[in-house]
Amino acid sequence: MAGTLESGDIMITIDPGEGLQIDLQSSVEAQFGRQIRAVIKETLEGLGIHDAYVQAVDKGALDCTIRARVTAAAVRASGKDVWKD
Amino acid sequence: MMFVPGNNPGMMADAHIYGPDSIMLDLEDSVTMAEKDAARLLVYNALKSIDYGSTEMVVRINPLSTPYGKKDVEAVVKAGVDVIRMPKTETADEVRELEAEILKVETEIGRVGETRIMAAIESALGVVNAYAIATASRRMMGIALGAEDYSANLKTNRTPGGAELLLAREQIVVAARAAGIACFDTVYSNLDDMESFRHEVELIKTLGFDGKSIINPRQIEVVNSVFTPTEKEINKARTIVAAIKEAQAKGSGVIAVNGKMVDRPVVIRAERTIALAVAAGVISEEEML
Repeated sequence: MAGTLESGDIMITIDPGEGLQIDLQSSVEAQFGRQIRAVIKETLEGLGIHDAYVQAVDKGALDCTIRARVTAAAVRASGKDVWKD
Repeated sequence: MMFVPGNNPGMMADAHIYGPDSIMLDLEDSVTMAEKDAARLLVYNALKSIDYGSTEMVVRINPLSTPYGKKDVEAVVKAGVDVIRMPKTETADEVRELEAEILKVETEIGRVGETRIMAAIESALGVVNAYAIATASRRMMGIALGAEDYSANLKTNRTPGGAELLLAREQIVVAARAAGIACFDTVYSNLDDMESFRHEVELIKTLGFDGKSIINPRQIEVVNSVFTPTEKEINKARTIVAAIKEAQAKGSGVIAVNGKMVDRPVVIRAERTIALAVAAGVISEEEML
């Protein structure tokens, strides 16, 4: 899990799943839901993750924040960091 | 230089709108140990994606002696940060160690020499070694005072007049000037006392600092108003610079302006006044040509 429920942030929870399932709650879902889901999917696929159940509670996060929170949640879930030791 | 916690995406997205000269995204004291990994990713992605315009971007990393420091360097150098701020710097060797880490990452990404270093001096040992720190690397762009840790290390407290900081402030300014780099004063954290904040900014400007660290956009206007030369100061500086140019054209080094002799130090101060006025946007560079 990574992120908060503060304005401008997004809280991401990642659990095991089959295929990529994204459960999104956002006050701007009608306008930006497709974009938020696309950023989550693209970030996970970039990390080589194709099977996961993702819960996302969005509070108006920018794309860069979504990428950061999804990566942090994935790193915490997998224990595999993106930086060198 | 406005401090912004590196774990607050809302503040990181909006900080530049208020027009600070530089923004320091913080991975150190404002981020808990449990959130260091997430803050590093937020800062990396923010630097890569948000258009901060001409705002100078600084990141305060964790010390290299912690498990976070080297990862912080890797992330922010890869993100193209302008300046890395080293916390709690005490020796020149620490600067050289950071320089080596930066070079390693820069070499990997093919961006050698672009990342500059600012060292925060926050202890008695750091103050004693200020000049050695300031000259430890060609990447050094400035040194800064961190007063909270410094006061604790001195076994004293912060006071409204700042008597406990006087030697450190003077030492940092002198070391920076001797090294030919910039110097920045510490933060003032009581947002409800803008009058005392103004007095502190006036004091540190008099001491010779180039700027002040701030923690809230409300403090920007006070710092800018203290550091921006007045119209009278600008006009006086222009008269001096114009007179010296005219004298030089005639082959003379000494001039008089309004009956007073003007020598080299006066001209240097006048040029500094004009540089500050241009930086503050109250006059344009074209006007000075």
